[in-house]
Amino acid sequence: MKTFTNRIASAVLATTLSAGVALAEDGPIKVGVLHSLSGTMAISETTLKDTVLMLVAEQNAKGGLLGRQLEAVVVDPASDWPLFAEKARELITVSGVDVIFGCWTSVSRKSVLPVIEELNGLLFYPVQYEGEESSNNVFYTGAAPNQQAIPATDYMLDELGVKKFALLGTDYVYPRTTNNILEAYLISKGIPKEDIFVNYTPFGQSDWSKIVSDVVALGADGKKVGVISTINGDANIGFYKELAAAGVTADTIPVIAFSVGEEELAGLDTTNLVGHLAAWNYFQSADTPENAAFIKGWHEFIGNDKRTTNDPMEATMIGFKMWVAAVEKAGTTDVDAVREAMYGLEVPNLTGGIAKMLPNHHLTKPVLIGEIQADGQFDIISQTEPVAGDAWTDFLPESAVLDSDWQTLKCGMYNTETKTCVQIKSNY
Amino acid sequence: MMRHFLAALACLMLLATPLRAQDSFGPVQTLLQQHRDAIVKSSRKTIEPAIAALAGSGLASVAQVLEKWQDKALWVREADGLFVYAAPQGDALALTDIDSGEALGSVPKADATQIKPNSGIRSLIAAALVQFQLSDPDPARRLAALDAIARDPSATQLAPLRAAIADETDPAVKAQKERLERLLTLRFDPDEAARIAAIASFRGDLGQDVRAALNPLVATTRRTAAGGVPEGENVARLLTPGGADLPLSEAQALLVAAGALQPVLTIAERRTALVANVDGGSVGGFAVADLDTETARVLAYEALEASGKVPPAASDAEVTAALAAHVFYDAYAEPSALVATEAAAVLRSAETRIAINQAIDLTLDALSLASIYFLAAIGLAITFGVMRVINMAHGEFIMMGAYTGYVVQQVIANYTVSILVALPVAFAVTFLAGVVMERLVIRRLYHRPLETLLATFGISIALQQLAKNIFGTQARPLTSPAWLDGALTFNDVVSISYIRIAIFVLALVFLAVFLFIMKRTRLGLEVRAVQQNRAMAASMGINPDRINMLTFGLGSGIAGIAGVAIGLFAKVTSELGSDYIVQSFMTVVVGGVGNIWGTLLGATMIGFLQKGIEWLNPSNTLAAQTYMIIFIIIFIQFRPRGIIALKGRAAGD
Amino acid sequence: MIAFNPRNTSLLIFLGLLVIFTVAVTLMSEAYGPGLVSTSFVKTLGKTLCLCLVALAMDVVWGYTGILSLGHFAFFGLGGYMIGMWLMYARTEDIVIASFANSPLPPTPEEIVTGIATQIFGVVGASELPPIWVFAHSFWAQMALVVLVPGVLALVFGWLAFRSRVTGVYLSILTQAMTLALALWLFQNDSGLRGNNGLSGLQNLPGADAIPQSLISIWFFWASAAALAAGYLLFHWVVSGKFGSVLRGIRDDEARVRFLGYPVEGFKLFVFTLTAVVAGLAGALYYPQAGIINPAEVAPIASVYLAVWVAIGGRGRLYGAVIGAAFVSLVSSWFTGGRAPDVNLGFATIQWVDWWLIVLGLSFVAVTILAPKGIGGLFDAFQGLRTPDRKGAPLGPDEGALQEKEAVK
Repeated sequence: MKTFTNRIASAVLATTLSAGVALAEDGPIKVGVLHSLSGTMAISETTLKDTVLMLVAEQNAKGGLLGRQLEAVVVDPASDWPLFAEKARELITVSGVDVIFGCWTSVSRKSVLPVIEELNGLLFYPVQYEGEESSNNVFYTGAAPNQQAIPATDYMLDELGVKKFALLGTDYVYPRTTNNILEAYLISKGIPKEDIFVNYTPFGQSDWSKIVSDVVALGADGKKVGVISTINGDANIGFYKELAAAGVTADTIPVIAFSVGEEELAGLDTTNLVGHLAAWNYFQSADTPENAAFIKGWHEFIGNDKRTTNDPMEATMIGFKMWVAAVEKAGTTDVDAVREAMYGLEVPNLTGGIAKMLPNHHLTKPVLIGEIQADGQFDIISQTEPVAGDAWTDFLPESAVLDSDWQTLKCGMYNTETKTCVQIKSNY
Repeated sequence: MMRHFLAALACLMLLATPLRAQDSFGPVQTLLQQHRDAIVKSSRKTIEPAIAALAGSGLASVAQVLEKWQDKALWVREADGLFVYAAPQGDALALTDIDSGEALGSVPKADATQIKPNSGIRSLIAAALVQFQLSDPDPARRLAALDAIARDPSATQLAPLRAAIADETDPAVKAQKERLERLLTLRFDPDEAARIAAIASFRGDLGQDVRAALNPLVATTRRTAAGGVPEGENVARLLTPGGADLPLSEAQALLVAAGALQPVLTIAERRTALVANVDGGSVGGFAVADLDTETARVLAYEALEASGKVPPAASDAEVTAALAAHVFYDAYAEPSALVATEAAAVLRSAETRIAINQAIDLTLDALSLASIYFLAAIGLAITFGVMRVINMAHGEFIMMGAYTGYVVQQVIANYTVSILVALPVAFAVTFLAGVVMERLVIRRLYHRPLETLLATFGISIALQQLAKNIFGTQARPLTSPAWLDGALTFNDVVSISYIRIAIFVLALVFLAVFLFIMKRTRLGLEVRAVQQNRAMAASMGINPDRINMLTFGLGSGIAGIAGVAIGLFAKVTSELGSDYIVQSFMTVVVGGVGNIWGTLLGATMIGFLQKGIEWLNPSNTLAAQTYMIIFIIIFIQFRPRGIIALKGRAAGD
Repeated sequence: MIAFNPRNTSLLIFLGLLVIFTVAVTLMSEAYGPGLVSTSFVKTLGKTLCLCLVALAMDVVWGYTGILSLGHFAFFGLGGYMIGMWLMYARTEDIVIASFANSPLPPTPEEIVTGIATQIFGVVGASELPPIWVFAHSFWAQMALVVLVPGVLALVFGWLAFRSRVTGVYLSILTQAMTLALALWLFQNDSGLRGNNGLSGLQNLPGADAIPQSLISIWFFWASAAALAAGYLLFHWVVSGKFGSVLRGIRDDEARVRFLGYPVEGFKLFVFTLTAVVAGLAGALYYPQAGIINPAEVAPIASVYLAVWVAIGGRGRLYGAVIGAAFVSLVSSWFTGGRAPDVNLGFATIQWVDWWLIVLGLSFVAVTILAPKGIGGLFDAFQGLRTPDRKGAPLGPDEGALQEKEAVK
């Protein structure tokens, strides 16, 4: 009698359980898209939203993932940083998404961090950033400073023979931290501190005459001047127009930019800027079959042959492909299982070579230097072997001792001197 | 075994670079193939032998090869690794043999690799080309050669340059050659007297090239030496430690760097030393748990020192002794004292003039900024100043004008024509928008000025979003015609871009137009009448509704034209207007409402103020804006009615 | 005593509804109920209550006193910054002390402070605690600053402005300039408040790691509701009685009130400062729920939105401000949340994410022109209160002047 009731009970339990599982397995896999569609950042972020939608559509056309369809849940955090945290919470708890692709600015990422760490979510962050952060819940598919800023600076030192640097940036965290790292790096390369001119301007700065003439005046002591620009977004347009007007050519004062891509150049006539530089991990002009296919797919999806592709789009694509591969490897969308499956995964870059996910949640990426062309595209004049992303820079004393390894050490901020884990959660 | 391996390797290499036999190459091709690796690698660090070999080969076509290489027209044919010239021909490439100049047919782009010299290499090539170009019949090439020398001067160029002066026919080029010759002389001539003469010839010269040549001569390094200044040092000046020029900490750092002093122990180093000496829960007799203050740690370290477990740190007495035993001085890198002194004197001679010119340059910048503010605010001076309507959508009218310019430029390809068309079209579009807005919204709110603010704010955000929906969020190009490119350059310090001059002129034109309309036309008379006393004006037969509508349209139309101008020098985005709105309002308020001269003064004051603060604090433009606004707030406390305040009944309220 | 006044039915109704609302949300929350209301929505509601509180302050200063301040969100933001400094400092202190637990030497106080500074300012490349963080270690000091900083700023600014008789639109533009200056100052890294990054991670209360956000969010929700109730009572007391009559007098004709012998500047300064303090307190409750504060929060546009909420809700009545703030902010977040269904017009599809702002903007216009009383006007209509239709055009320049038909009689 007792066994009989037991059997019934277990049968009932089994049915409910399997029903529950079946219910979860039947529905589509939800993919959160957390990019601003309005406000100041919409200019950059809408493109990434469309990229994710395109990738989701492509994956569904291939039969979905684990036999289920993918469904994109798009929300608009409206370039409002607190709203990023709110929408991220909503995506995870209310919409029940398994992964989020999102954020552009560092401050939006910092806003989302505590939420996804609390709820154990998964975020793919596709933009080049300042490093000095490592979260168990974020995969950084954009460039860390050593994958963009440092090689670009080496290029200026070695290839262009620049002896005096103007670090111009928009006043926010990415330029601030990047310039700090670069200052330390340049000093370590024997450039005296007084030969490094630093200037910060507000977002959307339009009056550049004074700053450009200051930069030109730097050449008065006979050293070759170069500009490293972390100027963000629209402000670049006024900056480059003023450079052109002042007759600053790439031969006299080369400018290398970290935030100027094909999108920004679309707002400019580039005939007077030919030869100035940008450093990225991807340019639309990359001459590979993968890139040609990607551009074709993008133009078909967006229905406009004029639309450009850019570096964060490639990063989004790599992140998405990796997540798909990880889910297939893990056989589930469970965040912890997917994270374990991510390490060591490889996805081809659009510029040739392979991107590999490292235990510190960064990728290996080649560094490309491009010269601006008259048609608003970049001519790739230098491409390195893939460089492993480094969360904590080696050029600031406090960070040099830190290491990030979520696979074996299970710690994002590991002090290699004292052999202790400084903290598990991120500082925001 | 080894032999087999080598043979296989050789085979592989042959396969990888299937070169034709050496003897079938032309002389240039042979040279290029010899330096193949460096040329293909295309790095400035390794390219010099290749360029030197080419330039020194004495072959007739070297100049052409170098130029083609510089222009990225040099390719490598994949099939046989041959260097060729290539020109794009549709999707394919038309190849030409380097030595013979024969056409080699065309190949698809994928079958050849472009050699892309970076700008560092290009300038090395340019330097190598100098010898061929200095006496080239084409003056443009001669100038290019001079540029190349100026950019990267070296001692070897002095002789060819001197040789090329005598035959020069073009006076302008000749003058430039002579100037360059003097610049090279003062650096590289072995004869001290010649150098000093060359330096002296530049007395009072403002040129940046002069300063760039002289400054390295007077560059100093800070050094220290025991006892006295060593022989052969060209001392600029001696320094006293602790004096104004050499703080004690810096002097100590110099001594440490020279190895004359033990470094002072840092907190972190002390901590590391203590940790290294932890012995069963205590360090130097102090319990580890007690070491939670710096004082305790210092005591513990001293105990360790006493027991000889750690090296002693530098004591104060040692520091004093070392300071006393050393001299500190700035030394010129330039070995000749006479040259250095003369260079310093010449640099000093230009200092005042440079400072004056910098002030002039700053003034021009400030005037330009003022004219931009004025242009952005002049429409407001009409709608807010005359009609007392707060139009928060004013910025969006500016934006509308800029987008109109962009659309016109899409239709009319010629930049000059398109700008000339865009200005009246932008005026018409925003005039109409202004009239519609006045009729539908503003008219109903004349009695409630604060609510106009809200309603127009609503229109502002709607228009902004509408622009985003129509034109997208990316910035759109609005390109100025070629004759507005570049800058008016007075000398190496003072220059101003033509586009800014154009904006300045435009601002003056609109000041004149505004004054003409208000003071000399029937419309202006009626506007002033309605503004002063609406009921009285109405009873004199003026239709106040019509006048208000036209006035508002006029103000909006001018905003549209301002939009084209601002779009030309900055950017065209949907947020263009909101960048200017607060500044525009402040311009009007600071200047004094209802008076165009006030607006002009307000714009001038804000422009100069902002540039002045930027000059005081050049590394932080944001701070300049903050302090400017704070200054304006305080200014308004003392002149609440602005610089030019209306008096009496006209003041309203 | 206030409650017994028969004119105060709106007060009783409001407080009653607020209590019912609070209890209902609590019982439906994840922490104390079946979870019908998600934690993220509890946070949204809690934040909305704070916005209602600052809208109340705005209503008193604008709707009752006639000062259209376009800078009250600056005070709100300052309150948030002040509490944010403590939250960040204290949370980071816990982390730093914990990370020293394994260290071979016990940390010195200097090491702890340096550790905190490196953690907080590492992202902006500094490792020294700026001087303005001197009180950040003390909760009570920072709480005092929540009141003092907005209060003193409002007092100084108001004293300067009112003393020199800056009124009307000039004052509006001046307040806007003030908030712009503050935003630009905060944007600078050198000002020591982490520039554009602002203060983040504020939702993680120090020492409360073990408490789930579902509980914390509901506590903050209660606190916000209590603050709103207290604020409502306070302002109700301020605007009723003789004091309130003087305020309305200043709004309607400042000169006349001055001629009657009232110290108009004093009244205005008091109201301006008091509302600034309340705005600061509202901000101090808001930002721990939002999780991050940065300079964009005090940008001039935020204060303009504040005025818009009050206008849409209905000026000159306290519940109008509350309704306006709650209505507009909740509707906004629904439309931009991507969950509002697209409208298919056949020839084009309207996506609300793109078109919502246009609708919102045009509705400001419509409300200002067609319904100056805002949503609050509906209550008048419901009670049968109407502005008497006096017919004809006004004869004088000011509102309320005799109108044609009246003069004829």
